[in-house]
Amino acid sequence: MVEATLDVAREDAGTVITLGGTLTATALAPVWTRAVDAAKRADGSLAIDVTGAELVDTSGAALLLKLERDHEGSTEWRGLADQPAALMARLREAVPDGAGVKVPARTVSRTSIWKTFIIRVTFFGETILATVGLPAKMRFLRGGDFFRLTERAGIQALPLVGMMGFLIGMILAFQSAIPMRQFGADIYVAALVSLSLFRELGPLLAAVILAGRTGSAFAAELGTMVVNEEVAALTTMGIDAETMLVIPRMAAAMVVMPALAIGIDISGVFGMGFVMMILGFPPAAILHQIQLATGPGDLLLGLFKAVVFGAAIGLIGCRAGLTAGGGPRAVGEAATSAVVGGIVVTILLDGLFAVIFYRLGL
Amino acid sequence: MSESAAVAIDVDHAGQSFGGRVIFKDVTFSVAAGEVFVILGGSGCGKSTLLKQIIGLLRPTEGRIAVGGHDVVTEVRAVRREIGVMFQSGALFGSMTLLENVMLPLRMFTDLPARARAEIARIKLALVGLGEAVNLLPSEISGGMAKRAAIARALALDPPILILDEPSAGLDPITGAGLDRLILELRAALGCTFVVVTHELMSIFAIADRCVMLDRTAQGMIALGTPRDLQQSSDHPTVRAFFNRDAESMDVQKELR
Repeated sequence: MVEATLDVAREDAGTVITLGGTLTATALAPVWTRAVDAAKRADGSLAIDVTGAELVDTSGAALLLKLERDHEGSTEWRGLADQPAALMARLREAVPDGAGVKVPARTVSRTSIWKTFIIRVTFFGETILATVGLPAKMRFLRGGDFFRLTERAGIQALPLVGMMGFLIGMILAFQSAIPMRQFGADIYVAALVSLSLFRELGPLLAAVILAGRTGSAFAAELGTMVVNEEVAALTTMGIDAETMLVIPRMAAAMVVMPALAIGIDISGVFGMGFVMMILGFPPAAILHQIQLATGPGDLLLGLFKAVVFGAAIGLIGCRAGLTAGGGPRAVGEAATSAVVGGIVVTILLDGLFAVIFYRLGL
Repeated sequence: MSESAAVAIDVDHAGQSFGGRVIFKDVTFSVAAGEVFVILGGSGCGKSTLLKQIIGLLRPTEGRIAVGGHDVVTEVRAVRREIGVMFQSGALFGSMTLLENVMLPLRMFTDLPARARAEIARIKLALVGLGEAVNLLPSEISGGMAKRAAIARALALDPPILILDEPSAGLDPITGAGLDRLILELRAALGCTFVVVTHELMSIFAIADRCVMLDRTAQGMIALGTPRDLQQSSDHPTVRAFFNRDAESMDVQKELR
């Protein structure tokens, strides 16, 4: 391609800018800045000679127009063919202001923290209302949805849960066996790990997995539905989006969480047992220790927490999706908000439970 | 080769089928450089599929298509340098303002300084009537505005061939007519070739040098020629129905009264 060429000359009457070659977007780079500077500095009259210009596209015409407008005074055109002249006339019409294009300031609308808080509380309230009003709106529930969601959130997560639980059990056993051995108390590692798994780590790890796998998926799915105006379509059809979309998801999360927690518990105990056997303890001794240290109450306590965590994560995932803004970025933000919100709320709730159970002596 | 220089797009017995389902077959036409060529047809006749073949997003299952002398299958990169595409939905990048959307091709393919890129992008947006909206995000504008911004982005590098998928759908008649005027002016000023998918009869008569009509039941093209010729002398009932629908709807109105 022929590059654009520029020549600036002084004549008696004023400055002459000669542009030649190809005046197109891809060829203009070498001459743009120099040409604009020359036009600005030119005092007296300015003549622009484009006799040698072979092809002028809209970018070229934009440059010619800018030269004309940046020069304070009259501009004489030399060799301006009909084609670029017509194009420039069109640009002059599109950008009538002689001072160039005004760029209005970019205004960014930000939602205040208070407003965000109100949105979240409102959503929580709406979900409670939808749950209370469920018997009257059973027709909006689709059973297939619930089972599909349960399979995705639960059964498909089991391999991951098993692997995580086994590894966490192993790590805990190894880490605690080292200091305990100094006191000759390494047999109690079995009690320590199983108790902390049943009461704390089982539900907590299951919640982290659920928030990462399922909470984000809820947010992305519902966020995309909002962006595609599917939720608006449901609302205008008179279908309660809360009932149809949120309740099955929350129910699925609540149902799968105890299963995931049990998965972590069992695989964690196996991981711990594996390490204990390596350390030389027979399986009977390990089982005996677990029986002594834990009871059904510990397991049930953990499962109860798991159900609550599931409800919170499901709710937060749906909230993040349904309150998503417009555009693809909103879907990403919704998914992030679902994961972060889910994990933070889980830990807050876990702290709250710790205090409550301590006071209750559980 | 002198012949191929004057031919912007050459579609030679192109066909497309998905599985066993034939969308169209035996579509043959060529678009001359500087021509405004309109693709017409009812829903599901394969207009968008044909467009996707032309822009190299879909490999034709039969025949061959060349754009600017380059085969769309084997020389797709060269084809992409020849074309600017406006998608039906606009397909603007949601994380960028309109100005940044239009500046993107300029930033990627030219060495222009930033100020020059912004200046050019602003003018392109002003050309489509969006001079005041340059700093808005795609999520903050109407559907019609998004379409116009998409045209501005397709124009960013002044490609020799512009492909517009239903540009006037969703626009008010005045803006639509302005767009038609813009197409003709750009063609006059730059010698751009336009391939336009549209259903707007007014627009077709205003801009089209020639048009091709596809049909679902015929699984291919049923008419090729100037709009005037098709309106006056086509024997095909679908073509006649399409071009004379104003007259027909008037008849229906009379009957109902």
